[in-house]
Amino acid sequence: MSGELLVRVTPDPLDPSEAVAFVGDPRSGGICVFLGTVRDHSEAGDVTGLRYEAWNEMAEKRLEEIAAEMFKTWSLSKVALLHRTGDLAIGEVSVVVACSAPHRSGAFEACRHGIERLKEDVPIWKRELLTSGESQWVMGS
Amino acid sequence: MTFRVRLFAALRELAGASYVEADGATVEDIVRQLAERFGERFDDIARAGSVVVDGERAPLETPLTGSEEVALLPPVAGGGA
Repeated sequence: MSGELLVRVTPDPLDPSEAVAFVGDPRSGGICVFLGTVRDHSEAGDVTGLRYEAWNEMAEKRLEEIAAEMFKTWSLSKVALLHRTGDLAIGEVSVVVACSAPHRSGAFEACRHGIERLKEDVPIWKRELLTSGESQWVMGS
Repeated sequence: MTFRVRLFAALRELAGASYVEADGATVEDIVRQLAERFGERFDDIARAGSVVVDGERAPLETPLTGSEEVALLPPVAGGGA
């Protein structure tokens, strides 16, 4: 299955087209992609950027577990799960979940599952940088 | 037994270090001792988060024998909005 899965936690900018190219597969009739992007506001106020901190080795292990759940539950061809770390500006891509499947319903459902699980079970933490000059860790979201 | 405990994000900042030492026979002992040292907010965040022992999720009652790697993780928030 190693050729079917791309997992990465990286300080480098994420390129969604790389994930789409990876999951592209002649057996598949569709690709579903979710991009998480940095929003300019939160419950705490106006946001100027985010800082993500990860336990990289453990985060990649958890992403592999989530991908295994996706492959087990839906008929998928390929999966890509990418997460950015470090300082991100408004609008930058923080996460990419992409999967290909023979039929679109499986691709949509698996993609949704991937992002929801990623948010609850991968050791990555987010610090919001606010226009007030303050910053705070976000505990759950 | 004394353990070297790895801390992340908010817990690391409250403790002022990525690794701290703590004694105990269970995960609960470790959390309680570090909470006494670093305060109520540390306790709240540690208990709302999770513990990893030797790479696996571990409940508070997990016994420790002395050679394990213990990490305390605040609640996670990856993935954007």
